[in-house]
Amino acid sequence: MNQQIPVITVKDMVKKFGSFTANNHLNFEVYKGEIFGFLGANGAGKTTAMRILCGLSAPTSGEITVGGFDVYTQTEQVKRNIGYMSQKFSLYEDMTIAENIRFYAGIYGISVKQRKEKEQLLLKKLNLESERDKLIASLPLGWKQKLAFSIAIFHDPQIVFLDEPTGGVDPITRRQFWDFIYEAAAEGKTIFVTTHYMDEAEYCDRVSIMVEGRIAALDTPDKLKKQFQSEDMNGVFLKLARRVGSSESGVESKKRINKNRKS
Amino acid sequence: MIKVKNISKAYNKAEALKNISLEVKKGELFGLIGPDGAGKTTLMRILMTLLIQDEGKAEMSGFDVVRDYKKIRRLVGYMPGRFSLYQDLTVEENLEFFATVFGTSIAENYELIKDIYVQIEPFKNRLAGKLSGGMKQKLALSCALIHKPEILVLDEPTTGVDAVSRKEFWDMLKKLQNQGITILVSTPYMDEAGLCDRVALMQKGEILRIDSPARIVENYPRKLLAARSEEMYRLINDLRAWKKVETAYAFGQFAHVTPVDDAMEAVELEHYLMSKKHQKLQVFETNPGIEDVFMGLMSEYRE
Repeated sequence: MNQQIPVITVKDMVKKFGSFTANNHLNFEVYKGEIFGFLGANGAGKTTAMRILCGLSAPTSGEITVGGFDVYTQTEQVKRNIGYMSQKFSLYEDMTIAENIRFYAGIYGISVKQRKEKEQLLLKKLNLESERDKLIASLPLGWKQKLAFSIAIFHDPQIVFLDEPTGGVDPITRRQFWDFIYEAAAEGKTIFVTTHYMDEAEYCDRVSIMVEGRIAALDTPDKLKKQFQSEDMNGVFLKLARRVGSSESGVESKKRINKNRKS
Repeated sequence: MIKVKNISKAYNKAEALKNISLEVKKGELFGLIGPDGAGKTTLMRILMTLLIQDEGKAEMSGFDVVRDYKKIRRLVGYMPGRFSLYQDLTVEENLEFFATVFGTSIAENYELIKDIYVQIEPFKNRLAGKLSGGMKQKLALSCALIHKPEILVLDEPTTGVDAVSRKEFWDMLKKLQNQGITILVSTPYMDEAGLCDRVALMQKGEILRIDSPARIVENYPRKLLAARSEEMYRLINDLRAWKKVETAYAFGQFAHVTPVDDAMEAVELEHYLMSKKHQKLQVFETNPGIEDVFMGLMSEYRE
């Protein structure tokens, strides 16, 4: 990891929904080749921040660049330079592996020649050459996740956002997935990942923990454990994110306001 | 309290449960631990009388799940994996509905749900569909408890929930257990196994092991070493490349290493890693966790 090159810069990022502040003056940088863990309780404001960084939602204020592009004015370039994968939405279940690859390659404007070359490499690496024409729905969850990750980086983005990528798989498959993440980071890609598995937080180079719209802590797992005198990241998380009701009602007010805006 | 004997169930050709047997004692907090596709939900649905097994027998509190399904439904509480309350009824209306269906009232069993329900009571006039995840979970639990069940069955109540809410939820389950309720709960989070009295480790329709979490860990048959250096990814690759290493997997900030020969000492592994020029090395023998056991059993069953 090269600590010198920031690929995401966030200065004073604020996002308000009416009177509710989902992101309250966030400040951080993410470096090239880094695995950056983005943690927080449900409703702490992670998804809001991630949507802004992916160019899907404009911040209320602040200076934010992703891959060198401005999230207010250059959202198209931001989107071209990132990959995104989540547990909830990744591939089209009713299309085959090959069709999914063609679809994503098409969206990112990859030439047919290039796609064919890369597709072969990818299927070979995943050992899925004979499964090329199978529907995604017929694959085991672990394969789907590895495939979804590989397709999310098919257009060779600088940064990959992984939103709870590993739910529901067995412990060996989960670790194989992390091997993919390490490999991509070693190749210089930046990995921005959210997870509820606290042991996975330990695999990150640095971890930020959001509490009620703010970044309550940001450091290497080692330093966080020292700072909060905990044996593991679970302990750190529990100490920081202990809250009763407040962020829950936060989620509520956000939803309510969204609804009011529509009407 | 729960007896499962040689239960099998297939969906067309997919075998969801393969000859499963287990018993849960009265007052026990019993966990079904395993990834998606292990058969946890299928087993629970059979016990809840919502699905009929192909083979085998199961009893809940002495009643047969096929013959006595009506009796069983009165004495069990069920919290399915998917939120299944009425989204267009309010919090209070949902609770009242479930109480009425079981011929009771909120007031009659309020003591049992009080600790949980007070947390959502300020929102009792809100539609259930408009609740946040954590509040939905508490309402679903309240509704599953309102008829004072003998047995409570919860299908992955903590999946996708953050670590703080998970801890709160397990605290609630402990309290319910202390009130004498027998609890069967499933989870894909291996670290939650330690919170149960006994667990069944499940994988692809089979039970790999049933025991208390402590004994499962104690009976781990292999030597386990932990290693760490400044470069985790290179460390794991170097470990896997060495013929004396059987498996190497990341565990938090360490790699857990199972050597081919159980007689290997930490110092031998350390020498090897030093020869690969790893910095800030730490290598020592370590105690396995539930995940180590699970992964060990998985590879055994694969062979």
